[in-house]
Amino acid sequence: MPPLARWLARRLALTLFVLWGTATLAFAGMRLVPGDPAHVIAGGVQANATPEVLETIRAQYGLHDPLPVQYAIFIGRLVRADLGESYQLNQPVSTVVLEQLGATVSLAAGAAVLGFTLALVLALLTAGRPRAGALTRALEFCAISTPNFWIGILLLGAFSFSLNWFPVLGEDGPRALVLPWITLALPIAGVLAQITREGLERALGQPFTLTARSRGATENRIRLRHALRHAALPVLTLSGWALGELLAGVVVVETVFARQGLGQVVVSAVNGRDFPVVTGVVVLAALTFSVINTGLDLLYRVVDPRVRQAAL
Amino acid sequence: MTAPALARPYRKVRPGLWAAWAFLALVCCAALFPALFAGAPDQVDATAVLRGPGAGHPFGTDQLGRDILARVVYGARASLFVGLGSTLLAGAVGSAWGLLAALGGRAVGEAAMRLADILLAFPGILTALLVVAVLGPGTRNATLAITIALAPGFARIVRVQALVVRDSAYVRAAINLGLRPWRILRRHIVPNVLAPLLILATLNVGTAIIAGASLSFLGLGPRPPAPEWGSMLAQARNYLDVSWTLALFPGAAITLTVMSATAAGRALQARYERREP
Amino acid sequence: MTEPLVVVDGLSVDFTTRHGPVRAVRDVSLTLRAGECLAVVGESGSGKSVTARTLLGLAGQGADVRARTLSFAGHDLRRLGARQWRRLRGRQVGYVLQDALTSLDPLRRIGYEVAEPLEVHGLATRDDLDDQVVGLLAEVGIPDPEVRLLQYPHELSGGLRQRALIASAIAARPRLLIADEPTTALDVTVQAQVLDVLAARRDAGTALLLISHDLAVVARLADHVAILYAGTVVEQGPAAELLAAPAHPYTADLLAAVPSVEGPVPDLSGLRSAPAAQEGCPYAPRCPLADDRCRERLPEALPYDTGRLVRCWYPGGAPASVPGERSAVPVVPARAEPVLTVRGLTKRFRSPDGSHRTAVDDVSFDLAAGEALGIVGESGSGKSTTARIVLAEFEPDAGSVLLHGEPWSGLRERDRRARRSRIQLVDQDPLSSFDPRYTVEEVVAEALPRTRDRGERVAELLGQVGLDPAILRRRPGQLSGGQRQRVAIARALAPGPDVLVCDEPVSALDVTVQAQILTLLTRLRRDAGVSLLFISHDLGVIRQVCDRVAVMKDGKVVETGQVETVFRAPQATYTRALLAAVPRIGPGPRVPARPRVPEPVPVTDLKGPT
Ligand SMILES: Nc1ncnc2c1ncn2[C@@H]1O[C@H](COP(=O)(O)OP(=O)(O)OP(=O)(O)O)[C@@H](O)[C@H]1O
Ligand code: SF4
Ligand SMILES: [Mg+2]
Repeated sequence: MPPLARWLARRLALTLFVLWGTATLAFAGMRLVPGDPAHVIAGGVQANATPEVLETIRAQYGLHDPLPVQYAIFIGRLVRADLGESYQLNQPVSTVVLEQLGATVSLAAGAAVLGFTLALVLALLTAGRPRAGALTRALEFCAISTPNFWIGILLLGAFSFSLNWFPVLGEDGPRALVLPWITLALPIAGVLAQITREGLERALGQPFTLTARSRGATENRIRLRHALRHAALPVLTLSGWALGELLAGVVVVETVFARQGLGQVVVSAVNGRDFPVVTGVVVLAALTFSVINTGLDLLYRVVDPRVRQAAL
Repeated sequence: MTAPALARPYRKVRPGLWAAWAFLALVCCAALFPALFAGAPDQVDATAVLRGPGAGHPFGTDQLGRDILARVVYGARASLFVGLGSTLLAGAVGSAWGLLAALGGRAVGEAAMRLADILLAFPGILTALLVVAVLGPGTRNATLAITIALAPGFARIVRVQALVVRDSAYVRAAINLGLRPWRILRRHIVPNVLAPLLILATLNVGTAIIAGASLSFLGLGPRPPAPEWGSMLAQARNYLDVSWTLALFPGAAITLTVMSATAAGRALQARYERREP
Repeated sequence: MTEPLVVVDGLSVDFTTRHGPVRAVRDVSLTLRAGECLAVVGESGSGKSVTARTLLGLAGQGADVRARTLSFAGHDLRRLGARQWRRLRGRQVGYVLQDALTSLDPLRRIGYEVAEPLEVHGLATRDDLDDQVVGLLAEVGIPDPEVRLLQYPHELSGGLRQRALIASAIAARPRLLIADEPTTALDVTVQAQVLDVLAARRDAGTALLLISHDLAVVARLADHVAILYAGTVVEQGPAAELLAAPAHPYTADLLAAVPSVEGPVPDLSGLRSAPAAQEGCPYAPRCPLADDRCRERLPEALPYDTGRLVRCWYPGGAPASVPGERSAVPVVPARAEPVLTVRGLTKRFRSPDGSHRTAVDDVSFDLAAGEALGIVGESGSGKSTTARIVLAEFEPDAGSVLLHGEPWSGLRERDRRARRSRIQLVDQDPLSSFDPRYTVEEVVAEALPRTRDRGERVAELLGQVGLDPAILRRRPGQLSGGQRQRVAIARALAPGPDVLVCDEPVSALDVTVQAQILTLLTRLRRDAGVSLLFISHDLGVIRQVCDRVAVMKDGKVVETGQVETVFRAPQATYTRALLAAVPRIGPGPRVPARPRVPEPVPVTDLKGPT
C-alpha cells in the first residue's frame, strides 16, 4: 500500500529529526550552564577542586575542544547509541538507564491499563445519562484537579501508615505497586473519561445514531458498535498527551513512594547537573514518544477510514 | 432546524461557580496581603512541634514547630506566581510563535512548527526538568521552565486557529471588500484567534499550578525555608508516620485553587461557546 | 377500500426545552394505506420530522406525545414498551433520514449498515447475509454491489449514498417506509433516480410517507399531500386536486413560490415573511386575507371539495398569484459595453491521490452592464471555481478576466485592491461570511468608507434590502436564514459594485423565503443597475432572475443563450437531460416508476470546491 508506506517513511524522518533536535537542544543546554562544566563534574561549584583536578577533567571530557568539535563528537556517539558517562555515578548512562527501566515501565504500564479501563467503563456507563453523569463528572473533576503527589501521600497515609494494608516502603512484589498505580491512574482516568463520554455523547446525538435506532438496534448495540468507535478517535488523539502526563507522574510518584526508577535517576541528575544522564533520559523519552505517537496515529487510521486517503 | 436563537441566553445560578470565584478571590488576597490572614510563616514554636490542628494553630504545626496556616497563606504567592506567570508568558510567546508560523510565510512557518514538534515530542515535565537543570532551581526558574514547556502547545493551537481564521469566509469577504492586509489582521484575524486562546489559557492556569507544585515537591522550586505548597508536601511526606494532617492543608490548598481556576475557566468557555452561533 | 395502515388522529408533540415549551406538532391527523404515498410538505421547523419520528417512537428526548389515535396496522402505538418499539423499528417501519452522509455511520462499511436491520431482527444467517445485502444494493440500483458493500460512505457519491440508506431502510421489508427529505442536496438528475427507487417500493405495495419542503419533488410521487405550517396541517387532500387548485392561502403561496422552468414567471413581490402566530390562525401574520376572526380563533379542519380538509376561514379565497410578464426583467441593450470579459479560463486542481483534475475548462463569457447571466450545472461542474476566479480569489491556469476592459486576473494583489469593491459576492452560507464577533451594523459598516454619515448609509442599505433597522445591534447568528442573506446582500451593495456574484444564494432557504430574495435581487438590479453573475444548480431559479444562461458540465460550457430560448429549445443533449429531470408541478396523472438507469459514478467521489 504505497500511501501507507509513504506516510510511514515520513514519520520515520520526522522521528529522526526530532531526536536530532532534542539532542541538540540538550547539548546547547549543557553549554548554556552558567559556570564551568568541569566544576560540575568535580562535584558542584562548592566543592573545592584543585586546578589540577579540573584540568584533568577538562582533558578527559574533551572540554578543551572547540564547540563544533564537541558537538560533532557528541552527535557521533549518539548515532552509535553511546550516551556517554554519568558525571556523578561514573557509570555509562546506558547502564544506569537500563537498570532502572524495568521498574518504571511496570509502574507506567500498569497505571496506563488501569487508567484507560477505568475511563472506558465510567464513560460507557454514564454517557447520555444525566444523573449518573453528573456524579462521575464531579469525581472526575476532583481527580483532574488534584496533583498526584497529594493523592499518593493521602493514600500512603491512609492505607499504609494507618491501616497497614500495603507496605510502606520498598518495592517488593506487586502489592507495593497497587497504591502507585492508583495514584497515577486517577488523574488520567479523569481526563480520559471526560473525553470518552463527550465523544460518546456527540456520537449518540448524530443522525447515524438515529438511523441505527430506527432499525431497531438496542441501546447496547448502538453504544458498543457505533458510538464507541467515534469516541475512540478523540481518545486516540489525546492518548499521547495522557501517556506524557503519566510519565510526568512517574517522576513524582517514585519520589512519594520512595521507589527506584528512571524518575529518581532524572531528578537526582537534574539536582546534581549530571547532564549526560539528563540528556540520555530526554533522548530516550523523545524516542519512546515518537514511537508511541506513530503507533497511535496508525491506530487512528485503522479506526477512521476517512483519513486513510489523506496522505498526511 | 434554523429556528433563530432569539430567546435570551440561558442563565442558571450555580453556587459551585460562585464558590470557585470567591475562593480564587481569597487566594489572590492571600497572595497579595498574607499578613491579613496569618502570622509569620518562619516563626518557630519549639514547644509545639508536629501538633495536630487545634487552638492557637488552627492547621497545626510542622516538624520545626512553624504554624501551618501561616505557611499555607504565605505559600499562595509562590503558587500563583508560577501558575499565572508561566501561563501569561507562555500565552504571549505561544501566540506570537503560532501567528508567525501561520502567517509568516513558508520557510518561517516550517521552522517555527518543527521547533514546536521537537519540544512537543516529549512530556512537558521533561522539558521543564531540562530547563531547571540548565538554570538551576528557584521560583523564577521554575516559572520559566513551565513557560517553555507550555509555549509550544499554545503555539500549535494558535497556528491551527489562525489558519482556520485566515481561510474563513469572513476573511475572504474582507479581502473582497479591498481592505488592507494589516487591517484584516488587526480587525479579524488577531481577535478571532486570541479570544479562544484566552479561555484556553484560563483553563491552563490549573495545570501550571500543579506543574509548579510538582517541581517544588521534587525540590526544584523555591529554596526550603520559603513557604510553598509543593515543598511543604515534600516535607510532610517524611513525617507521615507521625502526623498525616501535615499533608492535608497544603494539598487541599493546591486542589481547591486548581479546581476553582478550572471551574472558572470552563464557565468562561461555556459562555463564549454559547455566544458563538 | 383497504384498511388504513397508519392512522394518526389529533397528534400533538411538545418539547420542554430550557427556553420553555416548544409546540412542535399541534393536532395533526393523517391516514396512510398500503401501496400509497402520502407527502408531508412544509417549511423548515414546521414539524415534519417530528411527526415522522413519532411513528417510530423516536420523537426525541423530552418529547410529550399526545394523540387521540396513533395506530399502525391496528396496534395502538401509544401503548408500546421499549422492546415492542424496537421490534417495530426497521422491521415494520423503515426510516430514511435526510442527509445520507451523516445518516450512515462514517466509520462503518456500507455493507454493515445495510445488514444491520437484518441482523437486529434475526432475518439472515451468517451465510446468506452477504447475498441478501448484495441483492438489496442491486435492488436500489447501485452498480457493482459486491464492490460497494466494502466501501465507506465517504467513498460514494451523494446519490449512491442515498440509495444505500434506502437499501438499509427496506432491508427487513417494512410495510411502511418513511423518507425524510430523501432528495435534498442532490442534483436534479440524481434526484429523479432516487425518487424512482422510492416509487418502485410504493408500487410493490409499501406505504410511503414522503417528507419534503419542495412541492415539486413530491408532485411526482404523492397520492395525497398534507401541507404543514407551524406544526398544524393547514390543508390536505388528493395530490392532483390540491396542487391544481390550492384552497389554503399558504398552499397557494407555496405553489406560486416554486420556481418553474416553464410557463409565465410570476410576480412574487406580495409574499410576506413573519413568524407564525401562537394564537388564532398561525398563518395570519403572512396571510393577505387575515381579519380579526383569523387572529383570534384557529379554524377547524373542515371538509372542502372532494376528500379535502382545509384549516382556513376563507378556503379557496386566496387570489391566484399574478403571472408577471417576462418584461419584469429589464432587457439589456445588445451593444452594451461588457463589464466583465472572461476568455478561456482553465483551472486544474490536485486530488488527494496526486492526479490532476480540470475543474474549469476553457470557459468564456461576457457580462454586460445591468445584465444577469446565470451559470447552471450540477455539483462539481466548476460553477463555484469560475466564480472564485472572477472574484480573483485565485488565479486561473490559463485564460484571463477583464474588468471594464482592463486586466483583472494576473495582477499583483496590491494593484487590484483599490478596484476590489467593483465585484462583490453573495454566498450560499452567509453566516460563515460574517465575523462572528460583529453585529449586523458592524458587518455592513465595514464595507463602507469611513465617513461621518456612515451610520445613516447603513440604515439606508438595510432599508433597501427590506430589513428592519431594529436588528442593527443583533449578531447574525440570531437572525433567520432569509434575514442573514439580506444582510449579506446589503454588505455586497455597500461599496456600490458593478458586478454582484451570487453563488447559490438561495439554495439553503425555504421556497417562500427564496422567492423573496430572488424578487429582491431582481429589484436591486433594476434600481442599482448592477450586473449579476448568478450561479445556481436550480434551473427554475435561474429562469426567474437571469437574461442569459450558460450551462456547465465537467468544467465546460456546453450551451449559452437567452434564457427563454435555451429553456424552450435546448440544443445540447446535456441541457435537454437537465431540463427533463426537473420536477414539475403539473396537472396529469402520477408518474409510474421509470425503468432504472444506473447512475455512472466514479470509483471515489471527487469533489471540487463548492
Ligand atoms: N428534540 C427536540 N427538542 C426541542 N425541540 C425540538 C426537538 N426536535 C424538534 N424540535 C422543534 O420542533 C419544531 C419542528 O421541528 P422539525 O424537525 O419537525 O421540523 P422540520 O419540519 O422537519 O424542519 P426541517 O425542514 O428543517 O427538517 C422545531 O421548532 C424544532 O425546533
Ligand atoms: S384562517 Fe384567515 S389568516 Fe388563516 S389562512 Fe385562512 S384566511 Fe388566512
Ligand atoms: Mg426535518
